[in-house]
Amino acid sequence: MAEPTATSYLNAAYTARSWLLTLDHKRIALLYMVSITFFFFVGGAAAVLLRLELLSPQADLVVAETYNRLFTIHGVIMVFFFLIPAIPAVLGNFLVPLMIGAPDLAFPKLNLASWYIFMLGGSLCLVALLFGGVDTGWTFYTPFSSLYSNSNVMLTALGVFVAGFSSILTGLNFIVTIHTLRAPGMHWFRMPLFLWAIYATSLIMVLGTPVLATVLVLVALERGLGIGIFDPRLGGDPLLFQHLFWFYSHPAVYIMILPAMGVVSETITCFSRRRIFGYSFIAFASLAIALIGFLVWGHHMFVSGQSMYAGMVFSFLSFLVAVPSAIKVFNWTATLHKGRIRLSTPMLYALGFIGLFTLGGLTGVMLATLGLDVHMHDTYFVIAHFHYIMVGGAVMGYLGGVHFWWPKISGRLYSEWWGRLSALIIFIGFNLTFFPQFLLGYLGMPRRYHVYPPEFQVFNVFSTAGASILGVGYLLPLAYLLWSLRYGPRAEGNPWLASGLEWKTPCPPPVHNFDATPVVRHGAYAYGPDGELRDA
Amino acid sequence: MDSVPFFPPQASSMAAQTDWLYALSLGIALFFSLLIAGLLLSLAVRYEYRREVDRSNAVEESLGLELLWTAVPLALVMLLFFLGAKLFFALRRSPAEALEIHVVGRQWMWKVQHPNGRREINELHVPIGWPVRLRMISQDVIHSFFVPAFRVKQDVLPGRYSELWFTATRGGSYHLFCAEYCGTSHARMVGRVVALDPAEYQRWLSGFGAAQQPPVSPQAAGAALFEKMGCAVCHRASDGRAPTLEGLYGRRVLLADGRSVLADEEYLRKSILTPGWKLVAGFAPIMPAYAGRLDEEEILQLIAYIRSLQRGARHG
Amino acid sequence: MPEEAIFEDALERRQAAALGMWTFLATEVLLFGALFVAYALNYHLHADAFREAARRLEHLLAGANTAVLLSSSWTMAMAVHSAAAGRRRSLLAYLAATMLLGAAFLGVKAIEYRTEYEHGLFPGRFTWQGPAPARLFFNFYYALTGLHAAHVSAGLAALAWLWLSAFRARLDPRSVAAVENTGLYWHLVDMVWIFLYPMLYLMGRAP
Repeated sequence: MAEPTATSYLNAAYTARSWLLTLDHKRIALLYMVSITFFFFVGGAAAVLLRLELLSPQADLVVAETYNRLFTIHGVIMVFFFLIPAIPAVLGNFLVPLMIGAPDLAFPKLNLASWYIFMLGGSLCLVALLFGGVDTGWTFYTPFSSLYSNSNVMLTALGVFVAGFSSILTGLNFIVTIHTLRAPGMHWFRMPLFLWAIYATSLIMVLGTPVLATVLVLVALERGLGIGIFDPRLGGDPLLFQHLFWFYSHPAVYIMILPAMGVVSETITCFSRRRIFGYSFIAFASLAIALIGFLVWGHHMFVSGQSMYAGMVFSFLSFLVAVPSAIKVFNWTATLHKGRIRLSTPMLYALGFIGLFTLGGLTGVMLATLGLDVHMHDTYFVIAHFHYIMVGGAVMGYLGGVHFWWPKISGRLYSEWWGRLSALIIFIGFNLTFFPQFLLGYLGMPRRYHVYPPEFQVFNVFSTAGASILGVGYLLPLAYLLWSLRYGPRAEGNPWLASGLEWKTPCPPPVHNFDATPVVRHGAYAYGPDGELRDA
Repeated sequence: MDSVPFFPPQASSMAAQTDWLYALSLGIALFFSLLIAGLLLSLAVRYEYRREVDRSNAVEESLGLELLWTAVPLALVMLLFFLGAKLFFALRRSPAEALEIHVVGRQWMWKVQHPNGRREINELHVPIGWPVRLRMISQDVIHSFFVPAFRVKQDVLPGRYSELWFTATRGGSYHLFCAEYCGTSHARMVGRVVALDPAEYQRWLSGFGAAQQPPVSPQAAGAALFEKMGCAVCHRASDGRAPTLEGLYGRRVLLADGRSVLADEEYLRKSILTPGWKLVAGFAPIMPAYAGRLDEEEILQLIAYIRSLQRGARHG
Repeated sequence: MPEEAIFEDALERRQAAALGMWTFLATEVLLFGALFVAYALNYHLHADAFREAARRLEHLLAGANTAVLLSSSWTMAMAVHSAAAGRRRSLLAYLAATMLLGAAFLGVKAIEYRTEYEHGLFPGRFTWQGPAPARLFFNFYYALTGLHAAHVSAGLAALAWLWLSAFRARLDPRSVAAVENTGLYWHLVDMVWIFLYPMLYLMGRAP
C-alpha cells in the first residue's frame, strides 16, 4: 500500500517546467492524455454539428462550405490527433516500460520530442481550422486537394506531416525498448499481449507513416510549387495518390485497433481471473494483422478504376485479414469459460469492444465482397462500418484501458457506479448512432452529403438521437475521472489484483518505476485455479 | 421489395443478385455478432464470480478449437470472395450490343449525350430491357456515378475513361448521386435516371429537349470538328505523312518502339491530346498536341467519328 | 529518469542506439521507396517521353557528383573508424572532409538546377517543347533530387554538430555511437543517390 506521503512520479515535483521538460515516460503519457482529450472534444464538437445538420434533409444549420470543413476537421483531428496516438502514446507510453520491468523507454528525450512534434502538428491543423479550415476530407484526394480546393490544404497537410514524425518516433522508441529493455526472464512469449499488440502497432507506424509523409509532400509540391506528380493534365495517374495514401491509411486503422485488442486481452483476463485462452494464437494474430494489413489497401479502390484483377487480389487478401481477427475474438470469448467474471467498468468496455468489433469486422468483410462494395462504397454503410471499428473498437478499448489503469496512473479510484453507467450509455448511444447508418448506406445515401433526399430522414434522425446519447456518455467519464483525482479514494497497490509487472509498483509508481529490476519467472496472466494471483 | 424500407428499388438486372448477396453476408455478419454477444453474455452470467459452478479442468489451449475457428471463418470468407468476385465480373463486363451513352462529369453537374446527339444535364433517360454502357470522363476532379436502384457505381476520373453498364428492368425515376466527394456542391451533384419503355425512349430521343435545333450525333459533330481543327489536312492526305484512320478503331497498332497497342478509346484520346505519347511506327512526330484545345465532350465526339470510319469506307 | 540509468552499461546503450538508427533507416527506405514506386509506374506509362526528357539532364556533371558523394562515404567510413579507435584528430579531419564533399555535392547540384533553369526546364518556367509527359518527368526529377538534397543537408547539419562536439571535448562512448549512427545515415543517403542516378540520368541513354 502506497503511503500518501510516498514520492510518486506525480508529486515528485510540481513546477510547470517539471512537466513540460520531463523525461519520465509516465508524465509524457499524461501530456499526451491531456492533449488527445482536448483533440477528441474538438473533433467531437465537429461531429455534433454534423449530426445536427443531418437531422433534416435541407441545409438549415450550416452551408455546404461549412459542412465540408466540419467533416474534414472531424476526420483529420479524430484520425491523426486522437485515434492514432490514443492508446500507443498514452497507455503505451505509460505501460510499456512498466510491463517489461524497465525504468523508462529506451530514448526518453526522443519521447519528449515526439510529444512536442505532435503538438506542433496539432497546432498547425488548429491554425488551419481557425483561418478558414480545409474542405478536402481527411483523405486529401487529388486532383481536388492539389489543384481545385480553395482552403488551407497546405497548412493542414503540413500539420499531419509533422504529426507523422511523432508517430514514427514513438513507434521506433517502443520497438527498441521492447527489444532491449525487457527485464531478466521476460521472454517474448511471457510478455503481456498488450505488448505484442503495441509491438505490431509500432511496426506499422514505422513502416507506414513515411509513405504518408511522401504523399503529403507530393501534394504540397503540386499545390504550392506547381511540381505536379499526380496532375492528370500532365499525364499523371489519377489513382496513384489513392494507392500511396491507402498504403498508409489502411494500416493506420490497425494502428488504432491492434492496441485496443491488447487492452482487451489484459482486462478480460484480469476480470475473468484466468489465463488467456490461446496466448500464442493471439500474439501471432497481432503480427499477422499487421503484415497482411499492409497488402489490402486496394479494397478502398474497387470502383476507382483500378483493374478488375487488382480488385480480385485486394479482395482476397482483405478476406484473409479477417481470419486472425476472428481467431482473437473466439479466443477472448473462450477465456470467459470457467472464469470468475466480475463485470467491472473495464470489463464492460472489453465486452462491448468484442461485440462491436465483431460486427464492425464482419461488415468490413461485406465491404471486401467485390460485387457488393460496388453498391456500398462511399455510402453510409462504409461510415457505419469504420465507426464500429474506430469508435466501437478503438475508443471503447481506449476508455476501457484508461479505466483499468486509472488507479495506476492517478493513484485514485473512480466511482464504479458512474463508470458502469457511462459504459452502458456509451454502448447504447453508439449503437443507436451507427447501426441505422448501415441501413441508410444500403438504401444508397452517399457520404459527405449535407443535403439528402427526404426518404433518408428517418434513419438520420435515429442516428442524431443516438449521437446525443453518445455525447453525454463521453462527457460523463471526463467528469467523474476528474472528480476522482481530488475526491476519489486512494488506490491500494493492486486494486484489481491483476497480474503484470506494472501492478508490482505502487499506485502511482515512483519516478524510477522499480526499486530493483524485477525478475520474471512465469508467463503473463498468472491467475491460479481459484482466480488467485500466483505471483503475489 | 418496395414495401421493405431497407432496400432501394430493384430496377436493374443486377439488383436482385446484389440484394441476395447482401442478405446472405449480412445474415452471416449478424449471426456471428449475435453468437459472440450471446456467448459473452451467457458466459458472463454463468461464471459470475459469486456463483458456485464447476470451474474445474478449465482449458487454456486447444489446437482443435483454434483450427476450428480458423477454418470456419476461412471457408466462409472464401465463399463470399467467390460470390463477390463473380458478381463483380458481371458488373464490369458490358455486353457488346450495349447502347453507348457519353457522360462528362464536372463540378457540379453531369452532362450526358445520347448516340443520336440528344443532350441532357443531371438526367439520364434509358430504355428498359436493353443494356446501356456509359463512357464517362471528368473534366476536373474525381466524381463517381452512383445509381442505388441499379446497384452500380463507378468513379469518373479526369484524364481517363471509365465505363459503367446496366440493364434497367423497371420503369420509373431513380436517384443519381455523385458518390466521390468533389468539392463544395458535391451533395448537389445529383439528378435522376429515368427508365422508359423502348418505344417511349425512342420518342424521347427524337425530341429536342431544351435545344432549339435537332440534335447532332456525336459522330457527325466529330466529323465537323475533324475539319475545323485541321485534322483532315494530314490524316486524309494521300502522301502518307499521317496514319490513315479508317478501320483503326479496335485494331492493334504497331508503335515506333516495336511494341503494339490496342487502338481503343483510351489510346485515341491520349493520341489526340499528346501525340508523342505512343508514336505509330513509320511516322514522324509532327502532330501538334491538342491538350487544352479540346474539351472532353469534343474529344468524345472525335472518337465517335473515328470509330465510325470503317476500313475501305470513304470519308464523307 | 536520467538517461544514463536506463541501460545497464554503455554497450547495451550503444546497441539500442544502433537498433533505433536501423529502424529509422527503414522509415527512410519507405519514404523514398514510395517515390521510387510512383516514378517507376509513371516511367512505365510514359517510357518514351521520360527517356527523351531524361536525355536533357546533365548526366556527366551528375556522374562526377556521384563520384563526389561516394568519396564522402569513404571519408565517413574512415571517420567512424577513427572514432572507434579513439583518434580524435583524424576523426576531425575525416568529418571535415565528409562535410566538404557533401557541400561540394550540393554545390554541383545547384549548378545543375541553374542549367536546367536556363534551358527552360524549371517548374513555373517550363518552356521546352518536348513530349507532353516530359514535364511529369522533370517534376519527379525535382521532387526526388530535392528530397535527396534535403537529406544531404540534414546530414551536413549532423556532421557539423559532431565535429563541434568532437572539437570541444574528448571522445566518450556516446559520441562514438553518435558518429557511427550518423555514418549509417550518411551511407543510406548515398545509397539513395546510387539508385537515383541511373534511374533519372542514365535510363534515357540506355540503348
